[in-house]
Amino acid sequence: MLVWLGVIIAAMTAVLAGGTIAGQASWAPKLALDLEGGTQMILAPKVEGGSGITEDQLNQAVAIIRQRVDGSGVAEAEISTQSGRNVVVSLPGTPAKETRALIQASADMNFRPVLQTGAGAAVPAASRTPDAKLPKPTAAPANSSDQNWITPAIYKQFEALDCDHPSQDKQQRSDPAKPLVTCEPASAKSPAIKYILGPVEVKGSNIKSSSFQLQRGAQGAVTNEWAVNIQFDDAGTTKFKEVTQRLYQFYSAGGGQTGSDPRAQFAIVLDDQVISAPRSLAVITDGRPQITGGFTEESAKALSDQLRFGALPISFEIQSEQQISATLGGEQLRMGMLAGLIGLLLVVVYSLFQYRALGFVTVASLVIAGVLTFLAIAILGWTENYRLSLAGVAGLIVAIGQTADSFIVYFERIRDELREGRGLVSAVQNGWKRAKRTILASKAVNLLAAVVLFFVAVGNVRGFAFTLGLTAIADLIVVFMFTHPTLQLLARTKFFGEGHRFSGLDPKRLGAVPLYRGAGRVRTPEDKPVAVVRAKNTGAAAEAERRMTIAERRLAEKQEQAQQAQLAGSSKSASKEGK
Amino acid sequence: MVNFSTFGNELYTGKRSYDFVGYRKIWFLVAGIAVALSILIPIAKGGFNLGIEFRGGSEFTVSNVRTTDSSLGEKAVKDVVAGAVPRVANVAGTTMRIQTDKLTDDQTLQIKEGLTKAYGVTDNEVTSTFVGPTWGADVTKQALLGLAIFVGLAAVLMALYFRTWKMSLSALVGMAVTMFITAGVYGLSDFEVTPSAIIGFLTVLSYSLYDTVVVFDKIRENTSDIQASTRRTFAEEVNLAINQTLVRSINTMVVAILPVGAILFIGAGLLGAGTLRDLSLALFVGILVGTAATIFIAAPLYAALRQGEPDLAKQAKRVEHRRAEAAAKTASAATPATA
Repeated sequence: MLVWLGVIIAAMTAVLAGGTIAGQASWAPKLALDLEGGTQMILAPKVEGGSGITEDQLNQAVAIIRQRVDGSGVAEAEISTQSGRNVVVSLPGTPAKETRALIQASADMNFRPVLQTGAGAAVPAASRTPDAKLPKPTAAPANSSDQNWITPAIYKQFEALDCDHPSQDKQQRSDPAKPLVTCEPASAKSPAIKYILGPVEVKGSNIKSSSFQLQRGAQGAVTNEWAVNIQFDDAGTTKFKEVTQRLYQFYSAGGGQTGSDPRAQFAIVLDDQVISAPRSLAVITDGRPQITGGFTEESAKALSDQLRFGALPISFEIQSEQQISATLGGEQLRMGMLAGLIGLLLVVVYSLFQYRALGFVTVASLVIAGVLTFLAIAILGWTENYRLSLAGVAGLIVAIGQTADSFIVYFERIRDELREGRGLVSAVQNGWKRAKRTILASKAVNLLAAVVLFFVAVGNVRGFAFTLGLTAIADLIVVFMFTHPTLQLLARTKFFGEGHRFSGLDPKRLGAVPLYRGAGRVRTPEDKPVAVVRAKNTGAAAEAERRMTIAERRLAEKQEQAQQAQLAGSSKSASKEGK
Repeated sequence: MVNFSTFGNELYTGKRSYDFVGYRKIWFLVAGIAVALSILIPIAKGGFNLGIEFRGGSEFTVSNVRTTDSSLGEKAVKDVVAGAVPRVANVAGTTMRIQTDKLTDDQTLQIKEGLTKAYGVTDNEVTSTFVGPTWGADVTKQALLGLAIFVGLAAVLMALYFRTWKMSLSALVGMAVTMFITAGVYGLSDFEVTPSAIIGFLTVLSYSLYDTVVVFDKIRENTSDIQASTRRTFAEEVNLAINQTLVRSINTMVVAILPVGAILFIGAGLLGAGTLRDLSLALFVGILVGTAATIFIAAPLYAALRQGEPDLAKQAKRVEHRRAEAAAKTASAATPATA
């Protein structure tokens, strides 16, 4: 067990060291906004239609941003409104490109049928289609998939478009009733593709929800393919059914799987860029299409997030982006740390006082729990962008109490077993068996709180839940893999095994009474000298005793003993007993 | 306290025993009064003093400052509104951002003046605006929802583990008492309710249930074969369990409260208001009350809920009967004896 613990710590250290060498992680935990400062962005929400924003919409905007920011980790961002018009987002550190994109992500999402596709690069000027040969509409377009939408102007634009080197300038938002020439940016898996798309058929606001999962095969078994599920609302379901009915014709007419008619595809367009253009393999009548094909877990999640968050009718424009300093001075952190250290020192003193040499086991266990937590925070800061706020630091200090409790429960159980008259080795064994149940049951409560709050709550509460869960797990690891194995080893040493008076496990100090004292008599709690009762009162006394509760009997005994002690002319035993 | 382990021994064997279960009516009465006060006092005081994070507030922006010393801004606000907890930050080089609770127009003007002087800037370089809450209704809603789910699941978990819903109920009542009193004391302190304080309450909540589970596990152990024993009644077994875990309860409470107390009295004492003070006050009160609520409320309540059960009432009769016999024997022997 001790070896395994060493392996865990070594592995975590190695991971962190690897990350540090690669330049991505750091040995120090990342700090949150209040301690480190970060970036403050002022966002202006833009509502479809361009009218002013209402208070309701502003609150919705805050909720959208919070979802987007929290979705990308547990960084404890601060989101607020300003002057009843803008949304202010403060993020710790410098936000990653993805985070920024996510915050800004426009709500202008829609579904358009594909009319034509092409390789991403611009067609060289020399080989472009001459004006005479450009496709000319022969009639008014009958539906959105009709190639009569492609006018010479649009085709020229399509050929000239360079998706490999997209221009950065923001263009005017496209007209949903007109065709659109645009790109699907290059990804890890595929080069950039350009499209001519028909007019918008289904709007993003028709998406009710979206999720991602491993695809199920024909037999219902889980396959290795990731899939993204969309669920439309009623209006979306009806429209999407019409679209897929049309697109499926192109699909089957084009030869099914091997077909290459681009018109079987519909494009999911976000902010006028194609994020995915799946083919319609069936007519979807229930409004629950599933998109599959070449997703990784990340890309499936990304698309699902985009679908979900993009479906809201508000977009944001970053008005200003500025560095912001920590709101709490370094002094707060230093004082907090100092106070925490003093508190820790008091804990050390107290546990040494209470548990003598065993106190060192507590202290060592706390140190190891601390190391584990520190490593976990540093690693999670790197992988999950977990950041430590001052409240988090305080939470960790408080966790000392709950971590130490596992040891206290355990040690008290061992002492109880010693009091029953067991030897130390078997006391450790039996005490552990009982303490283990208690520790597991009580930590389960903490873990439950952590898991539920992490998944349900947002903002600071989420960060808190994370810290709570982290310390509970560190505590379990330590008590199972360090404290208990250490005690098993120590129980075999002479110092502890023979119950040295400084070991904290001295049977004599613990008032151990041998479990068996011959004739099958097992010691019971009542096993103590019964007070001498004068003969003439015996009957009444017995009657009275029967009616007394335990506590009352004790009291009566004490009084009696005190009386006797006074008679004997010594009050020593009385004062000791009555304390 | 040198004899703490002796104390522990006596509690363990039952030689020393505090009657937590027997006097439960007193404890319940005390708790009832405390809870009632905890509800009434904040109402009488006009509700909790919610911080800027919940209510929104005023924000001043001072541009082209000569110095970025945040204490100047704090002082400028505190000179006008005593006891305010302004949040001062430096934004993009030479701009200071000062946020504080909602102000009246008059206060806004005064603080504006103060900031102008403090940072040595001209009038039009200080602007003020209103900021909304960072902890809005949606955050509260999600937190409460999470809390409700957690409490529900915890109740089910405890009922399954302990095989009786009565333990769940007792534990939840103990937790509720803890929460009310902690909130009441916090309201009494007049500290602003900040997200840190809320985090503190959540920690207290989980600590309170955690502490109860530890004690209840001992009760479960002691009462698991109660039907086969005539040594003690159910209520007495519960009381013994509380006594046997008393040393653990005290030790755990002391260990948990030492660092919190250090932060509260040393850290906050030196620093004044802020995250640390709010959080540690909630925790300090909560840990004390939570430990006490387990011992005085949750466990005695459990004994009270169960002891009326027919099986346990019969068992209590058997115990009484056995004791009467033993006493009669002693009496007939009529000599001092060790039983």
